[in-house]
Amino acid sequence: MKTTAKFEEVTHGSIWMTALRSSLLFIVICGIAYPLASTGLAQLFFPHQANGSMVKDASGRIVGSELIGQTFTDPSFFQGRISSIDNDGAGSGSNNYAPSNPELLNRVKESIAQWEKENPEVPVSKLPVDLITNSGSGLDPHITPASADVQIPRISALRHIPEEQLKELVKEHTEGRDLGVFGEKRVNVLQLNLALQALGNNK
Amino acid sequence: MDILQICIVIVVLLLLVKPVGSYVYHVFSNEENRTDKIFGPVEKLLYQIIGLKNRSSMSWKKYALSMIATNIILVAVSYLVLRLMGGLPVNPNQTGNMEASLSFNTVISFMTNTNLQHYSGESGMSYFGQMIVITMMMFTSAASGLVIAIAFIRGVTRRGGGLGNFFEDFVKAHTRLFLPLALIVTLVLVGLQVPQTLDPNVTVNTLGGAVQHIAMGPVASLESIKHLGTNGGGFFGVNSAHPFENPRPLTNVIEILSMWTISASLPYTFGRFAKNRKQGWIIFSAMMVLFLAFLSLTYFSEKSGNPLIHDLGINSTQGSMEGKEVRFGVAQSALFTTVTTAATTGSVNNMHDTLTPLGGLAPLAEMMLNVVFGGKGVGFVNMIMYAILGVFICGLMVGRTPEFLGRKIESREMKLIAIAILAHPLIILAPTAISFMTHLGTDALSNPMYHGLSQSLYEFTSSAANNGSGFEGLGDNTVFWNVSTGLVMLLGRYVSIIALLGVAGSLSRKQPVPETIGTFHTDTKLFGGILVGTVLLIGALTFLPVLVLGPIAEYLTLR
Repeated sequence: MKTTAKFEEVTHGSIWMTALRSSLLFIVICGIAYPLASTGLAQLFFPHQANGSMVKDASGRIVGSELIGQTFTDPSFFQGRISSIDNDGAGSGSNNYAPSNPELLNRVKESIAQWEKENPEVPVSKLPVDLITNSGSGLDPHITPASADVQIPRISALRHIPEEQLKELVKEHTEGRDLGVFGEKRVNVLQLNLALQALGNNK
Repeated sequence: MDILQICIVIVVLLLLVKPVGSYVYHVFSNEENRTDKIFGPVEKLLYQIIGLKNRSSMSWKKYALSMIATNIILVAVSYLVLRLMGGLPVNPNQTGNMEASLSFNTVISFMTNTNLQHYSGESGMSYFGQMIVITMMMFTSAASGLVIAIAFIRGVTRRGGGLGNFFEDFVKAHTRLFLPLALIVTLVLVGLQVPQTLDPNVTVNTLGGAVQHIAMGPVASLESIKHLGTNGGGFFGVNSAHPFENPRPLTNVIEILSMWTISASLPYTFGRFAKNRKQGWIIFSAMMVLFLAFLSLTYFSEKSGNPLIHDLGINSTQGSMEGKEVRFGVAQSALFTTVTTAATTGSVNNMHDTLTPLGGLAPLAEMMLNVVFGGKGVGFVNMIMYAILGVFICGLMVGRTPEFLGRKIESREMKLIAIAILAHPLIILAPTAISFMTHLGTDALSNPMYHGLSQSLYEFTSSAANNGSGFEGLGDNTVFWNVSTGLVMLLGRYVSIIALLGVAGSLSRKQPVPETIGTFHTDTKLFGGILVGTVLLIGALTFLPVLVLGPIAEYLTLR
C-alpha cells in the first residue's frame, strides 16, 4: 500500500519498543497496583465481607462461612444439597452428569431410597428437585423453602420439637428474592441449623 | 416472576446502551470532550512512560503489528511467571509451578480473551499468579479486543487517515473504561460479600463436626474485570457458580450487566462514528432478535426439566436443578448462560455440561454463530462482516455492485471476509473430528453417547469463539487438549482480527460512491431481516449436521 508521510514516522523498531514499555506498564498497573488498591479499600470499608463472611455459633466459635455449604450427616439437622465433593471448600465442582448419563439416574434413585428410609411420612412426590440434585459449585449453602419444609416431620420426630415451631423457624430463615424480584427464595442451611441447635432439643 | 426478572435485566440493558455507547464514542473519537479534564493529565504521563512521542495514525498493518507485539510480550512474561510461581512472592497457600503444556494453554487462553481454564484456581494458581497474570491479562486482552473493534469502525466509517494509534487507544481503554469501572464494580461486589483478601485459606470446625478448608483470596478484583472485559475465567474452578464469586442473585445481575453492556453498546458507538445512528440500532436489533430466540430455547428447555428424573415420580415444576444453584434457580441461570455465550465471556453460574440437551444447544449455537453481541468488539466486527456478506448476496441477486456505507465492496474485501467466515467452522469441526480419531481425545469424555460428542464439540467451539466456558466434565488437562485448544484459540483470535483489519484498511482508502435511487439502504428493517437470515443460513449450513449428532440426538433419546 502507499504509505503517506504521516505513517512513516512509526517504525517497526519503535513499535516493539513501545509495545515492551506499555506491556510492563500495564503489568504493574493492572497486575499489582489495581488488586492491591482493591484489597486495601475492601478491607477498610467491608472487613467482614472481604474476609469470607464467617459465621460464629452462640459460644463465639467460628463454624464456617455463611456462603459455603456444609455437610450434615446427622438426620436431626436440616440437610443441604448433594455435593459430590462433600462440601470441601478447598476445591469446588460437581460430577458434571449430563441429563442422559445413567450414573445420574442411579444417584437419584439412591437419594430417593434414602429419603424413603429416613422420611417415611413424606411421599417422594413431595420431594423438591433441588434436594436430590448436585449443585453446580458443590458448595451451595441454600435449599428452597419447600426443601426445608419437607424435612420438618423427620426433625420434629427426632428432636421432639413441635412441627409448628419448626415451620416458624424455617419461615424466619427464609430469604426473599433480591430487591423482591431477582433470583429465588432460599434458606441458608448452616444458619437454620445454628438456630435449630440454639432451640435445644428434647431427645 | 421468572419472565419478569429476565425482562427487567433486558430493559436495564436497553437503557444503558445509549449512554455507554456515546461514552465509548467520545473516548475514541479523539475529539475534545469533558472527560479530558479528568483523564488527560494521567494519560499524558502514561504516554511519556511508554515513550509514545507522537500519536500519529497507523496503517492497518502497523495497527495490527502493534497489537500483536504487545500481546506477544505479555504472553512471554506471563508464561515465565506461571512456570516459576511456586518460588515467587504472595503465595500463602504454597501453590507449585504450573506444568509446561498447561502454562502454554493458560497464557494463550487469557491473552486471547478466551479464559478456557484447564487448571483449577483453588489449587493451581497462586495469589500472585491470579493477580499478575490472570487479572492483568483480563484487562489487557479486553483492551486489545476493544480497540481492534474501534479501529475497524474507524476504517469503515472514515475516509483515509489510517485506523488510529494503537497505543493511544490501548491506554485510553484502560484509563477511561476498564480501570475505573472495575474498581467501582469490585467495591460493590465486596459490599455484597465477595471476598477480597491476601490472607491464606481458612480452616474451620463445622457445625456437623467435620473439618472444612475454605479457599479464599483477592476474588472481587478479578471478578469485576472478568465480566467487564468479557473474559470469563474464574478465580475458583466452578467460576461464577461459586458462592464466593457470585453470592446472591443481585451480584448475578451485576455480573450479567457488566459483561453485556459494553458489547451491546458497540453497535450504537458504530452508529455514532458512521453518523447514522439508525444503522447502529438495526445491527443491535438483529443481535437482540437472535439473543431472544436462544434465551427462550434455554429457558423453556431448562424449565421443563429432565424427563428421566420426572419418570421416577419427582415433581417437575422446579425445572432442571442438576448443576444449578438454588439462589439463581432456572431464570437467572438461563439468562446468565445465554449472555455469557453471547458476549463470549465464558464465565458460568451453572454447569453447562448438565444443561438439558436443547438448553445446551443454545450456548453452543451462539458460539458457533459468534455474532450475537460478542466479546469486547470481536462479535460486533463479525456481525459487520455478515452485514457486508448480506449486502454482497443482495447485490448478486439484483446484479449491482454491492455497497456498504457508501463504499464499493469488491473482490479483495470479499476474499478476506471469506477467509474469516470459513476459518471459524474449520477450526471447530476439524479438531473435533480429530479428537474422535484418537484415544487421546476420546479418553477425556466423561459422559456417554451423544453427549460425549457434545463435550468435545463444545470445547473446540468455545476455544474458537474465544468464549472459554466448557462442558466441564471433559478431562481436558492433558497435553493433547492443552495444545490443540491452545492452537485453536490462537487461530480463532488472530486470523479473523487480521483479516478484518485488512478489510477496514482497504475500505478506508476507497472513494465514496454517491447515493442514487438504486442504492440499497442498509439502515432499514428489511436489511435487519436479511442480516439475521444471512447469519442463520450460513450457520445452519455449516453446523447443523454436527448439532444433529450431538445435542439433537440426545434430546430425541431422552424424550
